[in-house]
Amino acid sequence: METINYQNFRIEAENICVDYNGKVALYDANLRLQPGQICGLVGMNGAGKTTFFNALTGFVNISKGKIRINGESVRSAQKDQTIAYVPQNEGIDNQFPISVWDVVMMGRYGSMNIFRCPRESDVQAVRDAIERVDLTDHLSTPIGNLSGGQRKRTFLARAIAQRASILLLDEPFSGVDIRTEKLISELFIQFKNEGKTILLSTHDMIHVREFCDLVLLINKTVVAYGETSEVFTPENITTTFGGISPDFLFGPES
Amino acid sequence: MELCSFLTLDSFITDPLTHDFMRKALLMSSLVAAVCGFLSSYLTLKGWALMGDAVSHSVMPGVVVAYALGLPFSLGAFIFGVGSVALIGFIKQKSRVKEDTVIGLVFTGFFALGIVLVSKIKSNIDLHSILFGSPLGISLSDVKQTIFISLLVVILLSIFRKDLMLYCFDPRHAKTVGINVFFLHYLLLTCLSLAAVVGLQSVGIILVVAMLITPGATAYLLTDKFDNMTVISVLSAIISSLIGIYVSFWFDLETGGSIVLAQTFIFLFAFLFAPRYGIFKLKKLFAGYK
Repeated sequence: METINYQNFRIEAENICVDYNGKVALYDANLRLQPGQICGLVGMNGAGKTTFFNALTGFVNISKGKIRINGESVRSAQKDQTIAYVPQNEGIDNQFPISVWDVVMMGRYGSMNIFRCPRESDVQAVRDAIERVDLTDHLSTPIGNLSGGQRKRTFLARAIAQRASILLLDEPFSGVDIRTEKLISELFIQFKNEGKTILLSTHDMIHVREFCDLVLLINKTVVAYGETSEVFTPENITTTFGGISPDFLFGPES
Repeated sequence: MELCSFLTLDSFITDPLTHDFMRKALLMSSLVAAVCGFLSSYLTLKGWALMGDAVSHSVMPGVVVAYALGLPFSLGAFIFGVGSVALIGFIKQKSRVKEDTVIGLVFTGFFALGIVLVSKIKSNIDLHSILFGSPLGISLSDVKQTIFISLLVVILLSIFRKDLMLYCFDPRHAKTVGINVFFLHYLLLTCLSLAAVVGLQSVGIILVVAMLITPGATAYLLTDKFDNMTVISVLSAIISSLIGIYVSFWFDLETGGSIVLAQTFIFLFAFLFAPRYGIFKLKKLFAGYK
């Protein structure tokens, strides 16, 4: 039974609620994602996107509902390195004295011994991951000296090195250059073919149409969820953004 | 009176070493400086300077109570240090008062309690040595305690060096890959309390926070590599301690204050002349001459 479940859903969130000291951030949210699916998470600031991510990674506890990752609990997903989180550029201290290599190596920490001594396989995984995001020339560059796009790629490499089957990306396209954007979209296609599941939050409506098979519109709870072509309608978007017309969000031509 | 004897550098350095209390002070203060310097890298990167201030002041009543009860004063200090942090967390969660206000409120409360207790409990507690440190008058039992605590902190920090770095840098990732963030949080707090306890012997409760933040801040200006930062932080802390003690010996100055002033001067030097992050960017100046 377990294996059937595993085959079916990478992420299963049922009626989850999160509150911070009695203040509700997210309620009755549902999400089901299969291997190889890319899902866009769309909502206003404060609509609960980051909270949703936090619940899936176990960074905050849910007060109600159930989360299954590959059919198992969030805790065992943490132990198995199943989920990788790629933070927003604003979410990290980019003055931290740490190099690209060190950041990517952090993707391996969960599967290392207590002293976090890299084995040959860890070194190889880190080298490969850095190569895939095209940062081999910047191995020992401090992250403070990178551009926004390079920094984003560094954290993507960390997720790759972690060999996670689920990727959660917080605003992967914000503040990146064209080259990085192209590289990220190529990686998305590769991840999809590898059977990884991707959940990404974004403000950019065009990216949703371009990359996402599915879309989850939220405003404290799920407004709409389904195939992008069916669900990503002007009416639903307007509801999600509290009555602002999609013309205003997209620009008039769309 | 001894002015002529430090005309040569040699005697400036060696003369104090003939005194037993000076050898002990130099050794103990270097050890304490190394421990605080090590921890300092983490505290400055985590942004816990204020927390360091809070914990170091809050240990005061613990020290007094432990003295009165005849317990090792590190035990009392440790309990009150960790207790203050727990209390800060509790008040912050249960009220609408902002965190920095809560921190300020709690640690001054504890500190005041300590001062009142000293005046009430008639004992041989020397308020001056708690407040301002007395590295020149460390007793044998204090030496043992200091060595034990210092080793404990150094071992803990060494084992969890990389995890603590990850915790300071990106706790969300740490949690996501199954690393026990709760444990690391309290480990860092425990080390902070213990470091405050040993630090207060050198420079006293009021200035111990300097031992916990200045070396880290200095190192932060000088490097972009975490490991180097730790090394620079430890070295600058030890050098400041040595300078402080020597200067206080020759010029008859308050030792704790001298140590912290030495740290401050080293920081100022880095602030002005650090190769990349200093105001004058020494690297560029040199490049101009090539």
